[in-house]
Amino acid sequence: MNFRILAATTGRILRQLRHDRRTVAMLVVVPTVLLTLVYFMYVDQPTVPGRPSVFDRVALIMLGFFPFIIMFLVTSIAMLRERTTGTLERLLTTPLGKIDLLFGYGIAFGLAGVLQSTLASLVAYQVFGLDTAGSQWLVVMIAGLNAVLAVALGLLCSAFARTEFQAVQFLPVVALPQLLLCGLFVPRGEMAGWLQAISDVLPLSYAVEALQEVGAHADSTGTMWRDVAIVAGATVAALVLAAATLRRRSG
Amino acid sequence: MDDAVSVRDLVVDRGRQRVLQGISCAVPRGTVTGLLGPSGSGKTTLMRAIVGVQTVGSGTVTVLGRPAGAAELRRRVGYLTQAPSVYADLTVRENARYFAVLHGRGRAEADRAVADVGLARAADQLVGTLSGGQRSRASLACALVGDPELVILDEPTVGQDPVLRADLWDRFHAMAAAGTTLLVSSHVMDEAARCDRLLLIRDGRLIADDTPDAVRATTGVDDLEEAFLRLIRASEQEADK
Ligand SMILES: Nc1ncnc2c1ncn2[C@@H]1O[C@H](COP(=O)(O)OP(=O)(O)OP(=O)(O)O)[C@@H](O)[C@H]1O
Ligand SMILES: [Mg+2]
Repeated sequence: MNFRILAATTGRILRQLRHDRRTVAMLVVVPTVLLTLVYFMYVDQPTVPGRPSVFDRVALIMLGFFPFIIMFLVTSIAMLRERTTGTLERLLTTPLGKIDLLFGYGIAFGLAGVLQSTLASLVAYQVFGLDTAGSQWLVVMIAGLNAVLAVALGLLCSAFARTEFQAVQFLPVVALPQLLLCGLFVPRGEMAGWLQAISDVLPLSYAVEALQEVGAHADSTGTMWRDVAIVAGATVAALVLAAATLRRRSG
Repeated sequence: MDDAVSVRDLVVDRGRQRVLQGISCAVPRGTVTGLLGPSGSGKTTLMRAIVGVQTVGSGTVTVLGRPAGAAELRRRVGYLTQAPSVYADLTVRENARYFAVLHGRGRAEADRAVADVGLARAADQLVGTLSGGQRSRASLACALVGDPELVILDEPTVGQDPVLRADLWDRFHAMAAAGTTLLVSSHVMDEAARCDRLLLIRDGRLIADDTPDAVRATTGVDDLEEAFLRLIRASEQEADK
């Protein structure tokens, strides 16, 4: 790893993003618009006294999930574009290390994801009155970490796609099972054993559990920190695996 | 060791096809060597093998005394891909500055590289909005910005007007005079005449490795285009036998 090159790569990716105003606008606005939908879906649902409202339960998880799908998609397309326009091949003939490139993406899009999560959670708390026992900033941290995880998975998956069509299809393959099995629809403890086993190896399950911990407890819990560590570990593992699948030589 | 590149019995398969069928050749240091041949003959593949991004079947490629693709060479070799590979959503200057940092250079070198390819006035334009010829010059600027010892240029003058082409060739010769080695592929025969040495390949085989004058002498014609046609026909007849 070379710090100058890593910094230049991060800066280059952010500069590319800055030139694309529409993408920046979408990154900022889309999660908030989706949260608005969620709010109006549940606003008239009755609440059981003493239990969190359905909106509180769902919105909390969506704060983690929206940045996840958006950053996954953005990253896989951006990396695929490096491949198809030949810039990747060219970069690999320069002193740039593979880790410099992948961490550059991780940092640049991770920052974008953190910004996105901060805005979305601000709106959720201030406008829609989201209520969690724990701190809003823990929610932002976990959502931001989720975004970085999505970037890492996007980088890894883009190695297996040759075209944009293929890359886009990794979204349902990677993201939807994680959403279905994360415990939002059916609590993880109530799922069939084999579903639980799958859920146990999907990183998003831990991110969701961490968010639920923040929702239920005023102070950060040991379970939450353990989950955060697992998600961070999965992120690093995905980045290292992505570096290993990146070949300087090709046919 | 005065060859910047030496290739021994290089065999490369791409897909199901044997693209290079045992090529041996050399690029002497401090020269401009032209790589010529019909479309699909394997020029780009040979250049990729020299830069170290092509998987090779057998044979050896030695670059600046090291095996091609060695990590240390990435600082010393510059590569211009045939299709311009620059970021369309960055300006020319931003592209040059990024590649400058990768090669351990600064902003001044980046701005000079941009000016050297005649893009000073378009420096702050997004690459995506450049004309085709301007875009390939932006890509060239990024290949030269690190001032590498060996420069591999895949069709650097395609789409450029005659004045610019002459300027670029003057630049290549000035670089060679200063000690840089250049391997330049081309389709244009008047460019072949400007090279110190020529490599001619057809169907993945080397059919000439000589100076332009020697190529003229062996074929007995003055016009290089005609000389190449004769060499290619002669090699076809040999292949038919
Ligand atoms: N990715 C690839 N997969 C399979 N075959 C390939 C691939 N790239 C090139 N080829 C084949 O390899 C052969 C040599 O290609 P190459 O690009 O080296 O030719 P070239 O001499 O550079 O041609 P041109 O002058 O048109 O650029 C061609 O027959 C081409 O079809
Ligand atoms: Mg070619």
